[in-house]
Amino acid sequence: MAVSAAKAAPSTRSDSSAPKSAARGGRKATAPKTSAKTDATSSDGALEFTKEQELHAHREMLLIRRFEEKAGQLYGMGLIGGFCHLYIGQEAVVIGMQMAVEPGDQVITGYRDHGHMLACEMDPKGVMAELTGRRGGYSKGKGGSMHMFSVEKQFYGGHGIVGAQVSLGTGLAFANRYKKNGRVSLVYFGDGASNQGQVYESFNMAKLWKLPVVYVIENNKYGMGTSVERASSNTNLSQRGASFDIPGEQVDGMDVRAVKAAGARAIAHARGGKGPYILEMVTYRYRGHSMSDPAKYRSKDEVQKMRETHDPIEQVRARLIKAGLATEDELKAVDKEVREIVAAAAEFATNDPEPDPSELWTDILR
Amino acid sequence: MPIEVLMPALSPTMEAGKLAKWLKKEGDAVKSGDVIAEIETDKATMEVEAVDEGVLGKILIADGSEDVKVNTPIALILTDGEDESALANGASTSAPKDEAPKTEAKNEALAETEAKSDGKPASGVGKVESAAANPPAPEVLPEPDVPEGTEMVMTTVRDALRDAMLEEMRADERVFLMGEEVAEYQGAYKVSQGLLEEFGAERVIDTPITEHGFAGVGVGAALAGLKPIVEFMTFNFAMQAIDQIINSAAKTLYMSGGQMGCSIVFRGANGAAARVGAQHSQDYASWYSNVPGLTVLAPYTAADAKGLLKAAIRDNNTVIFLENEILYGQSFPVPKLDDYVVPIGKAKIARPGKDVTIVAWSIGMTYALKAAEELAKDGVDAEVIDLRTIRPMDTDTIIESVKKTGRLVTVEEGWAQSGVGAEISARVMERAFDWLDAPVTRVSGKDVPMPYAANLEKLALPSVAEVVEAAKAVCYRD
Repeated sequence: MAVSAAKAAPSTRSDSSAPKSAARGGRKATAPKTSAKTDATSSDGALEFTKEQELHAHREMLLIRRFEEKAGQLYGMGLIGGFCHLYIGQEAVVIGMQMAVEPGDQVITGYRDHGHMLACEMDPKGVMAELTGRRGGYSKGKGGSMHMFSVEKQFYGGHGIVGAQVSLGTGLAFANRYKKNGRVSLVYFGDGASNQGQVYESFNMAKLWKLPVVYVIENNKYGMGTSVERASSNTNLSQRGASFDIPGEQVDGMDVRAVKAAGARAIAHARGGKGPYILEMVTYRYRGHSMSDPAKYRSKDEVQKMRETHDPIEQVRARLIKAGLATEDELKAVDKEVREIVAAAAEFATNDPEPDPSELWTDILR
Repeated sequence: MPIEVLMPALSPTMEAGKLAKWLKKEGDAVKSGDVIAEIETDKATMEVEAVDEGVLGKILIADGSEDVKVNTPIALILTDGEDESALANGASTSAPKDEAPKTEAKNEALAETEAKSDGKPASGVGKVESAAANPPAPEVLPEPDVPEGTEMVMTTVRDALRDAMLEEMRADERVFLMGEEVAEYQGAYKVSQGLLEEFGAERVIDTPITEHGFAGVGVGAALAGLKPIVEFMTFNFAMQAIDQIINSAAKTLYMSGGQMGCSIVFRGANGAAARVGAQHSQDYASWYSNVPGLTVLAPYTAADAKGLLKAAIRDNNTVIFLENEILYGQSFPVPKLDDYVVPIGKAKIARPGKDVTIVAWSIGMTYALKAAEELAKDGVDAEVIDLRTIRPMDTDTIIESVKKTGRLVTVEEGWAQSGVGAEISARVMERAFDWLDAPVTRVSGKDVPMPYAANLEKLALPSVAEVVEAAKAVCYRD
């Protein structure tokens, strides 16, 4: 992104042209820097990715997919309890956005948060161990699926109350402007949350004070069991900021290139001092709202059709093969590597001990 | 080695289910994400997705098999290059074996969480689930004020609540239900099953996820003379709406000099469920208990759930009706009467005794009653009072009991500071100080946010052992 503020934050990502393999579960994969030619900074900018970008997006989305499948499996085995909201189907949103950020930009989201944590390069072992409630989890086992944080990775959670993160993320942006640090906060919420009152209170303040925030509405069509049409008087969620004069656009959230391009535009807008920007990512969740949701409010055909024709990972995969940028075997090797990371995370999360009982009484005040 | 596909759980508390249908057959290629089978419990149908890629080598559990235990291998998947000969050589499991410390099943609650229906509209509204599927809770005294010879029907708390709404909506067309997922989804916890079918979308209303807004809409409708029942998916989400509940609903009658009251019921699950973490596990009994203008109910049995909810709907004021997710699936005898109403503001002696008084309500009763059984084995005869109404509090029943026993233990899942137990303790000190033979002791949730880890959550909640210990301590027994 050719924006001045970015210079203030030294990029640690620009040297790596291809994702490195993750050693011992610690993911060091880095987003390849966008070449000038393909950098989409305007709405008519090219959507095309470089080979490196395609491979990066493919691997990172695959990691989320495999991680979530494993989480579902561990839930089925009784190793994960409580609520477990899977991100399967929506991978392109968070990966595309993370390909557009600068180091130091913050991320905050709701309870469907595993994908965001992985995209922020949090360690899959630590995330999985939190899901199983073990001491090696990001919150020492005390938070669970919906409540994980990483100050190091600038991931601010992980919030269980629908819509609450929108005000919180606006507050992150407030702090950025206050500190004049050139950072942008990415605030993710769903179509369901987009009807909460505090979302609009936040929109007003964000525009009033020109806060550097990008609101990413992940419209996966259903707020729990209620379709957008049944919950929202105007289903074009990208225009929810209209009365506050916040620009917004609808994006194909199943196409990681479209997400990245739109993300770059929005982030540049916010970082450039113009205030908030809204991106409505039109996406789809394949699984139920949570593990115990049989999802009878939609047809199997609908889900199957999305999987077959819009799958974000399959799209990249097909492009790579078609353009001769990767062979089936190479992609299979990526899948194998990703599966190994996920298997190691599951292994760790299964064998790591529960928190020490004394942890019950820690972290209440400091 | 072929990979074993295991029978999954729909929830951490499910132990077995039916393998309803195979959607793939032996020899079919599968890749991750493919739905390979459907499994069923008595309440839900779920799909089993393949996690691994390969060929469905062998189906180990046939279509239609009942009572398949969770984690039983149900099929073998052949991976790269394996042929059927590999099937003879044993299998590796596709995920780590369950070595986790077992989370104590708090009955079937989590299975109920959020969704647990196959989407069929409730067949026969008012039907009673079989007791077999929902184990009965410990024995309690028969319901008072029930005519002798009345037939008792084992009913879940869930169905009792639904029956109460059903009866009151039939009787009074001003009554309507609104909330998240109450209509088409049949209730996030299936409490409103069948109501949409009977009353239609005019009176059973799905709201957007906008708690503050729809609570205010409900209050406004009540000020205009309707009688709303506003369901919160859980009371944790009512924190978004608590301003309308207190500032608009509870205070308006007073502020208007008695002109305009607010007859409304705010109901939903309150307190801890099972491993849903700090933001979904809080007990709000003491919060609402603090507010003049509110009536606060927290029933334990299905009969009280029904009778008190009916009373709440008829009441002219703002009623906070605190349910408990763990209790939804538990069955209790409910009198088969045309109009069974339990009076607000009256506690109930659930178990008479002479040595120590234990006061509890809602899920706290499970600890209290089990503790009383334990104590009886050690020769301590505990009287257990089910408070049922938190505000207005039936202090007389407590005082009377304390005058008899001289000792008092309170039990609640909420925090001790400024808790309901603290209030009870103060009242007893004020009115029965001279009868006390030991300090009043509170058993409560620990003074921490609810942790997620199974072992810590268990420690954070009260336990039967803690109630037993407290009761013995006030009796000066070891």
